[in-house]
Amino acid sequence: MTDIFQDQPLQIAGYRFASRLLVGTGKYKDFDETAEAIAASGAEVVTFAVRRTNLGQEVGEPNLLDAVPPERFTLLPNTAGCYTAKDAVRTCKLARELLDGHRLVKLEVLGDDSTLYPNVVETLKAAEELIADGFDVMVYTSDDPIVARELERLGCCAIMPLGSLIGSGHGIQNPHNIRLIIEQAGVPVLVDAGIGTASDAAMAMELGCDGVLMNSAIAHARQPVLMASAMKKAVEAGREAFLAGRMPRRQSADPSSPFAGRING
Amino acid sequence: MQIQLNGEPRDLAADLTVAELIATLGLSGRRIAVELNEDIVPKSAHESVRLSEGDRVEIVHAIGGG
Repeated sequence: MTDIFQDQPLQIAGYRFASRLLVGTGKYKDFDETAEAIAASGAEVVTFAVRRTNLGQEVGEPNLLDAVPPERFTLLPNTAGCYTAKDAVRTCKLARELLDGHRLVKLEVLGDDSTLYPNVVETLKAAEELIADGFDVMVYTSDDPIVARELERLGCCAIMPLGSLIGSGHGIQNPHNIRLIIEQAGVPVLVDAGIGTASDAAMAMELGCDGVLMNSAIAHARQPVLMASAMKKAVEAGREAFLAGRMPRRQSADPSSPFAGRING
Repeated sequence: MQIQLNGEPRDLAADLTVAELIATLGLSGRRIAVELNEDIVPKSAHESVRLSEGDRVEIVHAIGGG
């Protein structure tokens, strides 16, 4: 049997991706586990952070970019840990230099370190500056539809509302807001942050998200590589369910087997 | 001369280029990016840009993150 369904690619800033699951590279035991989990996830877009090089480190110490080669993956440098627009812009410029002119970035500007909730004022400021400088900005934001609309108006190439707090695994706390954001958006919407398990990822896709970005849900699972495989299937299943269109909900039962012809009829 | 390197003071020979600093640190050929006083120093300029007293240099690389 041939495939019954061939999805459209996910298109972001001129890139085309078959996979709608984007993954991070943090919190893994080592780079081998990172590489195995990414392979099992089927992700084509992989995020990473930019940090000061440890100047005492051994020469020849393994490098993340060896485990996740830029030739094989679309790398998505993030601005995690930035609390101001200025720091986020500097970080993106360093990432662009690190990756020889690569323009696609994940912007996140955080409000405080206990919630890691986005500071949308600084996020808007940074987005405007980065876009003016030629970056393609995928933006992590709150699930506020008005802020999402404003970020799109500024020219962000993907809107990435949180499902719940980064690293919390609480899933999608406000599916209604995510749906409002999706309904108005003219660019891809991806849930970024909060996914805890496969059903959360499927739910994001059933709501109509264009993709899902996660890190902790895979890296902090008891078996990260197995969870990566589960997430791949969940994103595909949720996407197909969204496109197929769920059945209407009913108040009463509706038998699947016909009543006519029953032997007790 | 003294510069601030990744937030820490560091004593260096005067007039070092960025490329020489990278070599001194054993980082030649590594995937890194360099910022000098909050401006990027492109790889193409590592050989020509010289450091001065009080410069603030950041050397960064990619690490795991989400």
